[in-house]
Amino acid sequence: MSTTTASPAAAPSPPQPPREHYLNAGYGIRSWLFTTDHKRIALLWLISITFFFALGGFFALLIRLQLLTPQGWLFGPDTYNRLFTMHGIVMIFFFLIPAIPGVLGNFLIPLMIGAKDLAFPKLNLLSWYVFNIGALFTFYSIVTGGIDTGWTFYTPLSSIYSNSQVSVAVVGIFITGFSSILTGLNFIVTIHTMRAPGMTWWRLPIFVWAHYATSIIMVLGTPVVAITLALVAGDRLFHFGFFDPRLGGDPLLFQHLFWFYSHPAVYIMILPAMGVTTEIVATFARKNLFGYKFVAVASLAIAVIGFLVWAHHMFVAGISIYAAMAFSFLSYAVAIPSAVKVFNWTATLYRGSVSWQTPMLYALGFIGLFVMGGMTGLFLASLGADVHVHDTYFVVAHFHYIMVGGAVMGYLGGLHYWWPKISGRMYPEGLSRAAAIILFVGFNLTFFPQFVLGYLGMPRRYAMYPPEFQVLNVLSTAGASILGLGYILPIIYFVWSMRYGKVASSNPWPATGLEWQTTSPPPTENFETTPVVTWEPYDFEHRPDLGLPKPERAQPEQLEAPGLETGD
Amino acid sequence: MERTGALFGQFRDLEQQRETASLGMWVFLLTELMFFGGMFLVYTIYRMKYPLAFAEGSRELDVVKGGWNTAILIGSSFTMALAVRAAQMKKRRLLCIFLASTMILGGAFLGVKYLEYMQKFEHHLVPGPNFHMNVADAAQVQIFFSLYFAMTGMHALHMIIGEVMLLLLLIYSWKGKYTGGYFAPIENGGLYWHFVDIVWIFLFPLLYLVDLHR
Repeated sequence: MSTTTASPAAAPSPPQPPREHYLNAGYGIRSWLFTTDHKRIALLWLISITFFFALGGFFALLIRLQLLTPQGWLFGPDTYNRLFTMHGIVMIFFFLIPAIPGVLGNFLIPLMIGAKDLAFPKLNLLSWYVFNIGALFTFYSIVTGGIDTGWTFYTPLSSIYSNSQVSVAVVGIFITGFSSILTGLNFIVTIHTMRAPGMTWWRLPIFVWAHYATSIIMVLGTPVVAITLALVAGDRLFHFGFFDPRLGGDPLLFQHLFWFYSHPAVYIMILPAMGVTTEIVATFARKNLFGYKFVAVASLAIAVIGFLVWAHHMFVAGISIYAAMAFSFLSYAVAIPSAVKVFNWTATLYRGSVSWQTPMLYALGFIGLFVMGGMTGLFLASLGADVHVHDTYFVVAHFHYIMVGGAVMGYLGGLHYWWPKISGRMYPEGLSRAAAIILFVGFNLTFFPQFVLGYLGMPRRYAMYPPEFQVLNVLSTAGASILGLGYILPIIYFVWSMRYGKVASSNPWPATGLEWQTTSPPPTENFETTPVVTWEPYDFEHRPDLGLPKPERAQPEQLEAPGLETGD
Repeated sequence: MERTGALFGQFRDLEQQRETASLGMWVFLLTELMFFGGMFLVYTIYRMKYPLAFAEGSRELDVVKGGWNTAILIGSSFTMALAVRAAQMKKRRLLCIFLASTMILGGAFLGVKYLEYMQKFEHHLVPGPNFHMNVADAAQVQIFFSLYFAMTGMHALHMIIGEVMLLLLLIYSWKGKYTGGYFAPIENGGLYWHFVDIVWIFLFPLLYLVDLHR
């Protein structure tokens, strides 16, 4: 039960669960709803997130069913408008943005830096409540008729013409934004001030770096979209006229303000997934991460450059051609740090001793799909190509490759990777591998045909389409049902494993991070004594405590292993 | 997480706790800056687009009341700074007096603001169907007034939140919570109050003084 000197692989007997841990530290609904333990709050997030993922997935299912036939056989255009809008709003604001930071970030950041908790535990709990209050508003707007403006709330449709529940939904997203701000603030301060002795900046796991970059975007971007949506509500409720052309207001200004947040928001979704992938790749290649500092700084570079590319959503909206050229160039520039990451993952895999466990399948899936999504993003960043495929299914396919293929794959990969730490139990390996493969196949079958559809000119956001597009649409719907199965399986076996899964050791993979030095599941205070970090990140070669076999290639000189210190 | 005295359980020592609280407040103010920044951007764009309408709108505002409010708010920032000082010196009574005077000055600001808003309603200068002004570009003047209400309204909301915060700080200070060497909440409250003050320092010239040089 020792926290920092455990040598799990050397222990011959099957691992026993720790007697006291955060899950059995208290029972009853109150011990959960009033907890300030970051690990319990992470599980609260997991419940909210899963609910909204299911809700957003349900809307996606209806959309795909509608598109089975060219004329649309389930809904009229008006209902269809509401369906894709609510799919977008739920998935983006209530799943993708909070998913990895809320669940994995919350759970892992204090563990990874050797802290007892986040800097502001009460604020952390408040963030979850604020999220759910905002979600209630949005949920109310959905059950009372929904919103039909698209998740982008473009004016003047949203500010003047739409008769749907725009105001309520906007208030909901405004409130939820503060949850994002509070979480980001908490992470930034925690990473600055709560690191354990010896945990220098250059020893932080990439997961933490990724969340630091993400938090910067949350803190700087979210207030802007909050005030922008507040101004839209002002236009609707008080006739402010900021975006009303009849008064001299400028609808394009809304698009600038909206995308100033909502493009960086894409990086809120993808950066944490990149962090997860980095952890998994290093662990299952059993190799020092190639170019650690480059990967770390690339996260920050993506966050910074990501703030300067927003107008590439507006190439055909009537902005100046010179502005468009600048934004096109900057959008290319953001591909550089992203490519740095991909190359570093690949280089880490090279000559690593790769094992094909479930998290690794997700990580490799992430890399492949992210490359597809990223490269097609470059098509869209180039002015000429964008004019051709703007507002077609090509765009839809592109951002689903990033968000589903990237962010959701990263989220699920991370959930599998850290599930032994979170629950203290192993998930069933065979079934989970099958689920990962089903997801990969289903995903590609769903969204690859949409690239073709978009290139052929099928516009997005229409309830009907010309008959020649039916084959590809049916393929996409078929893929979506496979994808759906791939999502249902993990929900089932994760719940199953909480009771029946094999008991996990404290470091089952094994991995180098500090979070694996404590018990699975960890005690409420995370570590029995404050850990002291004396090793470099991802340094598998000099960690005898992990019980790994010596690498086969000959060592040029015998390096002295620094070992671990307990701090007591 | 257990709490021992002023030290919360997640921290190793008071120094770490103080640093954390202070950094957290600064990051929060950064988010506030971006929040107001969105409106300042909208203001900048429309003022460049409609300079005459902004001058016409600005002339309708009450510079005297606005000027008084500026003075009141700067005064409140002064008493707030003195309150922080009193907390540092561990003077409970003085701390309470300064917090209370900050509250009174903040309340006075909100009172004057209320009178100004009433005037706007009487003069039909509130955006919406009842907006009325005898100028050619009344629609654009309406945008000026939309900005006036959005920006000063959001500022007033922050003032009201500040008043509630001051009330809580006052109650805890009266109980002697912040005069035993731990006064991070007073310091952070002060930072918030100064921030709200600075926002007004920008709002006043941008809204009231557009056309005063003529």
